[in-house]
Amino acid sequence: MELTGHGPGVSTQTAVAVALEVNGKSVGLRVRPLTSLLDALREHLQLTGTKKGCDQGACGACTVLIDGRRVLSCLTLLLQCEGKKVTTIEGLVSADGQLHPMQAAFVRFDGFQCGYCTPGQIMSAVALLEEGHLTSDGEIREAMSGNLCRCGAYNGIVEAIKSVRDARDGSVSGAL
Amino acid sequence: MRDVVYVRAQNLTQALGALRERTNPMLLAGGTNVVDYIRTGALVADTLIDISHLPLRDVRVDQRGLTMGALARMSDVASHGSVKKAFPVVSQALELSASAQLRNMATIGGNLMQRTRCAYFREAGFACNKRRPGSGCAAREGSNRFHAILGGSEHCVATHASDLAVALMALDALVHLESAGGRRQVPLREFYRLPGQTPQIETVLQTGEMLVNVTCTKVPGATRSHYLKIRGRASFEFALVSVAAVIDAPQGIITSARIAFGGVGTVPWRDTDAEKALVGCAIADADVLRNAAKSALRGAESLRENGFKVELGRRALVRAVRTAGGDQ
Repeated sequence: MELTGHGPGVSTQTAVAVALEVNGKSVGLRVRPLTSLLDALREHLQLTGTKKGCDQGACGACTVLIDGRRVLSCLTLLLQCEGKKVTTIEGLVSADGQLHPMQAAFVRFDGFQCGYCTPGQIMSAVALLEEGHLTSDGEIREAMSGNLCRCGAYNGIVEAIKSVRDARDGSVSGAL
Repeated sequence: MRDVVYVRAQNLTQALGALRERTNPMLLAGGTNVVDYIRTGALVADTLIDISHLPLRDVRVDQRGLTMGALARMSDVASHGSVKKAFPVVSQALELSASAQLRNMATIGGNLMQRTRCAYFREAGFACNKRRPGSGCAAREGSNRFHAILGGSEHCVATHASDLAVALMALDALVHLESAGGRRQVPLREFYRLPGQTPQIETVLQTGEMLVNVTCTKVPGATRSHYLKIRGRASFEFALVSVAAVIDAPQGIITSARIAFGGVGTVPWRDTDAEKALVGCAIADADVLRNAAKSALRGAESLRENGFKVELGRRALVRAVRTAGGDQ
């Protein structure tokens, strides 16, 4: 079915093909046009690490990276991800099974209780390291305000992020 | 979910063609508003025209001023070095908006075109003249702490939610509109419409027209301009009251003032009475500024829960003016 402006367009009931990259692997899917990236990850690709909290952009539990930038997968249509690189919490673990330093830090500093918001928190924190608003607790809290934690694990989350920041900034290579 | 036709525009000509030819179309860019509204049924479209791939992302500061493509992301403008330097009120307004994730998605054009956050607008079970013309306004007698004290009518008292629009209103920005028939530019001050009897019509945008660009010039005081936002929690919240202040005060005396308020009006509220009262005031003299601020928000009509916005707005004005004017 033709998707472009001169064609008839696609009804929301008709499945269309999308190609993108998820956690380093090429993926082809057929979905209805209004399918969110979140539903595609969870229902079509069985990547259930990304959580559905509010499904309206308020809680941050569904945070993933698209081309390295943190976004909300609940408000992103899969069709808008054509040709893009998506990274989810499942994509952070290294090839040899090592946790990402941010994942390890969340464990070490009790950055969670029930764990539901944790994948989103960690994806957000990983992006924050690249964005660089990390000089004070206040800056970190402001930059993480799009991720809610109803257990109130915020103190541990801030400590975890600071520990990864300090480990990175202290290392000569700059690697995590 | 109601059936919608999805169309992906490959270029601006296609987008404008689809916008003219399709019935009841809606543009989809960052999706942070539209996806939610379509999903919940708060807004209805027959065709969704995806413009998110179009190359309207340019952000530029030059001798003429600031140019922002309609599809530039909020975060790209907020972190732009030249914008921070030449138009801090713009980057501050953006940084104080939404969350980091939403700013990475949402666009400048979408931000200016966003619909109100009035809770009654979003809930199909309530009367709302914006969502369903003629159904009434549940907010006037309902929970209206967040609603407008200026520019309302008996049909609607919903505030405009954008912080960016408040900053751009103070900077006398122009919005550039394009349709299959041509281009035109409109001052932002004339872009938004008061609700009156037709609150469902929010801008002067015509059928088939699309916002493609926003510009503003380097007005006096722009480099020290300031955005102050007051809200119920420290982050990720809409304004109860906000002030964009563009003040020129070369010898500590205000020679020109451009003031706009957010959170108080049904449209971003430029306050020329406050501006006139501020000219000639000494930045260092708080009493003089407080006195001048009494001219602000003239004609305010409060509802049951939002009367506090008058005093809060005037105090916020004094603080914003002192910051913008250079009193440390």
